[in-house]
Amino acid sequence: MADAGNKESAPIGGDEFTNTELENNKNNTMVEEGSTLLRRMEISVAEAEKRTGKNTVNMQEIFTVYLIETRPIDAITEGHNPAPDSLWRRYSEFEILRNYLLVTYPFIVVPPLPEKRAEFVWHKLSADNMDPDFVERRRIGLENFLLRVASHSVLSNDKILYHFLTEEHRWKEVVYETGFQAKADSRIKALSATFRVKNPDKRFTEMKHYSDELQSLTSQLLRVRARVADRIYGVYKVHGNYGRVFSEWSALEKEMGDGLQSAGHHMDAYAASVDDILEEEERYADQLKEYLFYAEALRAVCRKHELTQYELETASSDLISKKQQREELATGMVRTFSFKGMTNKLFGQETPEQREAKLSLLEEQIVQGEETVTEKTVECEEYVKGAWVDMQRFKEQKDRDLREALIGYAVMQISMCKKGIQVWTNAKECFHKM
Amino acid sequence: MTRFSSPSQKQSAQESARDLSLPNGTPVETSSPASSSSLLNRLQLDDDLDGETRDLFVTVEDPKKHVSTMETYITYKVATKTTRVEFDLPEYSVRRRYQDFDWLRTKLEDTQPTHLIPPLPEKFVMKGVVDRFSEEFVETRRKALDKFMKRVADHPVLSFNEHFNAFLSAKDLDKRRGLALLSKMGESVKYVTGGYKLRSRPVEFSAMGDYLDMFTQKLGTIDRIAQRIIKEQSEYQVELREYGPVYTTWALSEAELQEPLEGVASCVANCSNALDELTQDMSEDFLPVLREYVLYIDSMKIVLKKRDNIQAEYETKLEAAAFRKEERASAT
Repeated sequence: MADAGNKESAPIGGDEFTNTELENNKNNTMVEEGSTLLRRMEISVAEAEKRTGKNTVNMQEIFTVYLIETRPIDAITEGHNPAPDSLWRRYSEFEILRNYLLVTYPFIVVPPLPEKRAEFVWHKLSADNMDPDFVERRRIGLENFLLRVASHSVLSNDKILYHFLTEEHRWKEVVYETGFQAKADSRIKALSATFRVKNPDKRFTEMKHYSDELQSLTSQLLRVRARVADRIYGVYKVHGNYGRVFSEWSALEKEMGDGLQSAGHHMDAYAASVDDILEEEERYADQLKEYLFYAEALRAVCRKHELTQYELETASSDLISKKQQREELATGMVRTFSFKGMTNKLFGQETPEQREAKLSLLEEQIVQGEETVTEKTVECEEYVKGAWVDMQRFKEQKDRDLREALIGYAVMQISMCKKGIQVWTNAKECFHKM
Repeated sequence: MTRFSSPSQKQSAQESARDLSLPNGTPVETSSPASSSSLLNRLQLDDDLDGETRDLFVTVEDPKKHVSTMETYITYKVATKTTRVEFDLPEYSVRRRYQDFDWLRTKLEDTQPTHLIPPLPEKFVMKGVVDRFSEEFVETRRKALDKFMKRVADHPVLSFNEHFNAFLSAKDLDKRRGLALLSKMGESVKYVTGGYKLRSRPVEFSAMGDYLDMFTQKLGTIDRIAQRIIKEQSEYQVELREYGPVYTTWALSEAELQEPLEGVASCVANCSNALDELTQDMSEDFLPVLREYVLYIDSMKIVLKKRDNIQAEYETKLEAAAFRKEERASAT
């Protein structure tokens, strides 16, 4: 998660952010010079509410909206305490924003949104989007998304982002007006580029493999962790039965009665404690999930490189073949097999006028082709440069965040075990006193 | 010349005795056969035993499998050391099988009906479900048999029983076993079909019977819960065994994160091993004790039933005698 804050505890909700924590956040996500939005503005996703409305097919639906609050930092540091500006947004609007960013900044590893539907659930958690725990975790996830975007050196300067945070109405029209949807690369184009590209930058190919592995490993980890959580739940809850039996038994006994009764209470407490424990563990799962989705974003950047590289290669080979054609026409020599050559042999060559026309057309095409190649080369180089920088930034952020997540997880486990030891020590004392 | 050494020696002996006393203050004999299980056994015996006068030590050890044409079975070495005059030799070592222990217990019940005989481990095991020759099963049984023998050996009355003596010293018990089977059958038939009606049971025995019923029920429930916990813990184990390695695999793809990820993996492995130990201890130490008490209670219930039957018999005979007196009175 984007907060650094207290190293001892798992990431906390956004409305508890202080100024210093925001400062730390920025450092964490490796902000460069230049003012990012987060330096100028305090952002939080403060609340969630249910609304009803008509959807696109004119049916009544219930959906959740999230309150985005912003305050200018200058005002705060000067000692005023202005009320925050706020507006409500639903999850689908966040999705539009993210898609816009993906298309507009393809060389950036764009932070992911929290999951649309609850996945990797263990049996107790419902997969219901209306479940209050799910909504709360989503609120935290959305805030995390905004903080990450607003502290990114490139993304934070985007006007559409600013509008998203400040203008409730008309935002959708404005974003559609940018025409970003048309700019999106077709999946087929991207896929064929992956197969056909000849000389992609090796570093990107490696990164792509890494992103595949990261994705498969984190998803496997999340799946097994959910099963482990399920089992822990079972073990703890069965101990609750001890509580009942001891209670019943204590009624039968004289000297042992008190001890059994107390021990029974401890067993009940033990069984009840697992709910909080597993709730906290969900936060760890959320941290892993963020990077599961980040892996996809990383892969998208690598794929885009393959696409631009492929386009460059295609433009280059087009140019080469056009030049060859020109040579053939000019010298009459046929270097490679071509239908033109065959038809020439079979049906005789064209008239000089025809040839001239063809040649000048070719010359035009070649000039255009050379421009295209130059453009594409520059595009490719710039893409590689920009993307590599951001991928490095991402790598460092990932190492930091996951390290913290693992530490937090270990701390959680230690706390769980300590509580267990406490319960059993208490129970043992009760048994001793019997 | 003053003997400075003796007071301090005496003091240190007292201290070590203090260190090893039971929670209620009874000192524990430090020269008893060395093993933690025997120490545990001692803690469960009658508190009024003075450890210093023990003159009979019995252990059950060294299980061996015997394969004959008719059957396969396990025998245990029963080793005895004693200074009692009732025994011809100071040491004995014989081989006995479960049947023989069962015979002994029956004999003790028959000859000492007013005493509570310690229980034996379960006689019958479902052949398909439990492996009678697995190390675990044999070891659990051996421990229980050892406990049984020690309890009898330390009992001020039972340990002098002639059948107990024979069990410890005789080369083979064959002849007596046949008789024992028959007599046991006869008696159990009597108790099952005892159609004697009981007038009224003294309150304290009723209360005891009720208590025993409920107590058995509670113990049974606890046993079931414990087994369920063991099952859940095993399933938890299975998942943990898959969980740790995923971290290890991930560590291979990472640079900075390799160490922390491998750290987590090894921690998960440790937890898994600890859980394994816990589950094993529950099976080996906790459950057998529960079951033993259930068997104890069964014995107690049989004793109560015998008492009921004796009372019923007595009342019936009393009635019959009164009836005949009346007859004689009316005849004259």
